[in-house]
This record gives sequence, structure tokens and C-alpha cells, in this order.
Amino acid sequence: MFAWLRDHGIIERNVILMGVLTLITVSIGGLVQIVPLFAAETTIERVSGVRPYTPLELRGRDIYIREGCYVCHSQMIRPFRDELERYGHFSLAAESMYDHPFQWGSKRTGPDLARVGGRYSDDWQAAHLRSPRALVPASVMPPYAFLDRPLDVSDIQGRMRALRAVGVPYTDEMIQNARADLVAQATPDSDPAAFQGRYARARQAAFDGNPAVVTEMDALVAYLQMLGTLVDFRDVTPEQLRQP
Amino acid sequence: MPTKIEKDTLSGQETTGHEWDGLKELNTPLPKWWLWTFYATIVFGLVWMVIYPSLPFWRGTSGWIAREAIVEEVRAAEARHAPMMARLREATPAAIQADDEMRGFALAGGRIAFANNCAACHGAGGQGAVGGFPSLADDEWIWGGSLEEIQHTIRHGIRANESDEQRMSMMPRFGADGLLTSAQINDVAEHVLSLTGRATDTAAAGRGATIFAEQCASCHGERGEGNREFGAPRLNDQIWLYGEGRRAIASYIHNPRMGVMPSWQGRLDPAVVNMLTVYVQSLGRVN
Repeated sequence: MFAWLRDHGIIERNVILMGVLTLITVSIGGLVQIVPLFAAETTIERVSGVRPYTPLELRGRDIYIREGCYVCHSQMIRPFRDELERYGHFSLAAESMYDHPFQWGSKRTGPDLARVGGRYSDDWQAAHLRSPRALVPASVMPPYAFLDRPLDVSDIQGRMRALRAVGVPYTDEMIQNARADLVAQATPDSDPAAFQGRYARARQAAFDGNPAVVTEMDALVAYLQMLGTLVDFRDVTPEQLRQP
Repeated sequence: MPTKIEKDTLSGQETTGHEWDGLKELNTPLPKWWLWTFYATIVFGLVWMVIYPSLPFWRGTSGWIAREAIVEEVRAAEARHAPMMARLREATPAAIQADDEMRGFALAGGRIAFANNCAACHGAGGQGAVGGFPSLADDEWIWGGSLEEIQHTIRHGIRANESDEQRMSMMPRFGADGLLTSAQINDVAEHVLSLTGRATDTAAAGRGATIFAEQCASCHGERGEGNREFGAPRLNDQIWLYGEGRRAIASYIHNPRMGVMPSWQGRLDPAVVNMLTVYVQSLGRVN
């Protein structure tokens, strides 16, 4: 019945036929990967509250990527009951629509971090990053005490412009004030009006406990403390969660 | 290239017909069972695509959606616990404590909620950690250890600015804001050590006592017995939140780092808060 399948000698001996068939095969593989992207927009739920990262959070996210946090921590609460009971509401596509690339991850050596924001104090986050085993004796996480060094903010505007090029709605005003906003968020005594006007409900604090210097620790803790906090699920209706 | 398929005389198997300098290749096709399993998986995949939402434009013929299925599953699970959870929600922690059935449920549920929400800071058994994460397994309760006080702390949090009724107090930054010189701070630290009989420099401790009476006693008490109203910890015991010894104490007086705990009333069901209240009190000793 499948004798003709064994007769690939015909293809092997005809370079044009082989070229055409190769092209068809590769095209199918390409289409399977590319076509769904045209519909990616339709998967984003119409919930409110999601905003682009503040400059400090953005740098924190870059450090999260640089240090490979995603290797051990996912940011994707799947729609299973055990995950909902432990981590909270399942993750929405809308919650990572300004992530380039998204940090869903694929393996959990540590816990999921999609809704870790606000769950613990800033002090805890900083102390735990410096020395995980001082707080969680059974932890296998490496220490990140070296993050207590000044944050390089020289290229923050370039980073924001790069994200704007791929669709994150940073305004000219946000980019112009990036450095001031970055410092303002890590300095709790500064005037919040201008900063809060650009980034609604962003928290200002001395994230690493020292308001005098903006460190990489400040950036990473600021990022961790906002994860999963943007959408208020008390106001979300099931209709909004439908992916049309 | 000759392509004559023939039977190999030694193995009795067919050749592929390929021959290179007298070397012939045996044709060993995939086993039939493997091939048919492979085709079956393709058919299975196609059927699956039709039944379930598989493509961006295709919701599937079954109408099954993971997000709606999980809502149903959670609702069913909640319904099983609903009668007890309703009782726990309405009852005061003291009433839960007094009722054997509610107490058993609260301790079991509280243990799980504690592991998930509280253990990161307060430790798996409530033992706490140095650095401002208080132990709950001892008899010192910074903001009070009665059921009502524990419930209030869990509900509203400490210095997290998430609730109007939060636990709130601020210790002045005696060194960083220049209220005391470093010599004075060392004297006070020495005096604090003397409260537990561990001072090594009695002259300094004596000088520190005067400053302590003026600056510290209003919150921490004249003999360092603490004040739960302000969350001012006891200083005359062996429990040290930020490490013990003169250096740790002096550095704390210089620039205090006050503990922050989130408010849990928006994050957890009121019944879970009540279960945690009863469970947390059971970890330590009430005095």
C-alpha cells in the first residue's frame, strides 16, 4: 500500500522536484509558526490597569533577565486549581503585553513570581536576594549580594526607545524624564506628582533600604514588587477575560 | 548507479538497489507497528485540533475552554467547604478557638495558608529570621498576642501603607538625622545591653541610662519592657530582631529599619484571616 513512499529515488534524482518539495515542506513549517502571530492581538484580554514599566522597574527587569532569574522562576500561573490556590488568579496575556521578551519561563526550580508583588516587604526581598538561606534555610537560590552596587542609568532612554520601536507606548515625555523618574521612584521623599502622573499607582520607596544611592538592588526589588499587581481582579468580569 | 533490488543471499533481506564499488545496502524498513502508531498519532492530532481550541480562529467543536473549566472546578471545590468557611467568616477568632470543630478546621487550614503566605518571612514553623522578621513561636508579641490583636495585624498589616488602620510607628533615626552623637549612641547601646546584664562598660551604660530615659523610655519603657501599643519591642529579653551585640544595637539606633508586613485583608478571604489568627497564636505562647 505504501510502496510508493519507498520510491523516494525519484525525488533524489531530480534536483528541481527536490527543490520544489523542500520549499513546500519548509513553508508549511514556517506558516505554522508565523500565522498565529497575526492573531496574537486577539488573545489580549480587555482589562484595565496594565501600564508600561517605569524606568526603574524596566532596569530591574533587565537585571532579572541578565541574572537568568527566568531559568528557575516562571511568571505564568496556569489555569489549574493547585496553582490558583497557591499563586492567585491565572496569568493573563494582557499582563505581559509590554514584555519584550515575555518572562513566562518554562521551569520552576523556585516558585512562580507572576504575582509576587506586594506579597513580602521590600526588606524581605532585599535581604532574601542578598542571602536567600538566611531567610529560607532549604533554599537552593544563589546569593545576589553584589546587586548592592550603583545602577547604571546612562542608557535608560535608549532602552525605552528600543521598546517603543516594538510597540510599548512610551511617550516622548516619559523618555525625556526617564532619569528623573528613575531616581524619584527610588527616593521616597521626592515629590510624587510628576512621576505618578506618568506611571499611575507606581510605588515609590527606598527599595533596598538606602535612599541615598540608586542601586541594582533597588531596580530588581522595584520590579519584583510590581509583578502581578497592575490588574485589580476584583473589578474584572468573565467577559473581559474572554479571548475573542 | 545500478538500482536493481535483489535478495541478499546471506541475510535473505532485500537490498535498496544502491551499490558502491560492490558494496550493497540492505533495506531495513521501519517496523509496521511503529509506522502505524506514527500514522495514528497524526490522525489523533487532527481530531484533537477539531475538538479543542487549537488555532487562533478556532474555538473547537466541544466548546471547552481551560479558563472557564477552571472557574467551574474552583467553584465546586469552594462549595464543598462553603458551610464551614461561612461559619469561620462570621465567627470571632475567640469563638473559633472555643469550638472544637471550627478550631480543628482553622488549625489545619491555617497551617496551609501560613506555609503559602507567611512562611517566607516568619519561617516554616514561625521561627522568624534575623533582619527584622519576628519569631511567632515565642512569647514576645510586638503588636500584641491576643486573638483580636493578631487578627488586626494580619488584616491591616504593618507600615505597608495599604490600610488606614495599619499598625504604624516610627523610631527616629537618632544617628542619621543627627539627634545623637555616635558617642551617645554607643552609650545608649551599652545601656541597652545592661538591661540584660551584659554591659561591659558600666560608666558608658550609666551615661546611656540618662539618654535612654529621655529618648527611648517613652516607647520602649523605663526598663526596656517594650510597648505593644507602639509596636516597640521589649529590650530586656534575649530576643533581637536585627542581631545582638553592641554593634548591631548601635547601628540600629543610628538608622533604624522598621519591619513592614503587607495587609492581607484584600488578598485573603476573611475566613482565611481568621484561620491564620488562630493558627498563629497556637505557634507561640500567650502571656
